[in-house]
Amino acid sequence: MRKPFMRRRKTCPFSGEKAPKIDYKDPKLLQRYVSERGKIVPARISAVSHKKQRELARAIKRARYLALLPYVAE
Amino acid sequence: MAYYEHVYIARQDISPAQVEVLTEELEKILTENGAKVERQEYWGLRNLQYKIKKNRKGHYSLFHISGSHTAVEEMERRMKINEDVLRYMTVRVDELPTKPSPVMSRRDRDDDRRDRGDRGDRGDRGDRGDRGPRDGERRERRDRN
Repeated sequence: MRKPFMRRRKTCPFSGEKAPKIDYKDPKLLQRYVSERGKIVPARISAVSHKKQRELARAIKRARYLALLPYVAE
Repeated sequence: MAYYEHVYIARQDISPAQVEVLTEELEKILTENGAKVERQEYWGLRNLQYKIKKNRKGHYSLFHISGSHTAVEEMERRMKINEDVLRYMTVRVDELPTKPSPVMSRRDRDDDRRDRGDRGDRGDRGDRGDRGPRDGERRERRDRN
């Protein structure tokens, strides 16, 4: 039995044209893929493709090292 | 020849003028070792997301370097000794970006706050994700009914 509302599958925000470039120097962008606690949001939630998620995780970790993003946010 | 991006954070208590002097010194070390600084950016005094050596803020600077690793190694060695440098990171890149870094464009505090709100929204989404398995259980139950 299918539920009446079928949510359309979101597409990867970093694929396709005009997609933002993943860069550790862009905390504004990276912040969107980090939870309130500072954890990296899983790809199944953010719909980031596997390849881009790896890139994103690397960028977030670099940004954390440079104190642009928190390791833990209270 | 390789390209590098190098970011370093200087202590909060020194003045921007002193940061400039420090940057020039580091640039000199690089050029003496045969590397070239393609571009240099000063991001200003930014809030650190966590304290580093009791500093809440730091002066961020960025170098775009083209040259050999020996020059970068020498600069990093000097940075380790220098107590004004809180942190540094060098990343090897395939090509140097031509545009200024995203941090440069908009870095007002108001913007920061607005973005924190955004992050809050995303945070909620994250929570929803954590609850995922529970939803799954519920779905199963509904299916049974």
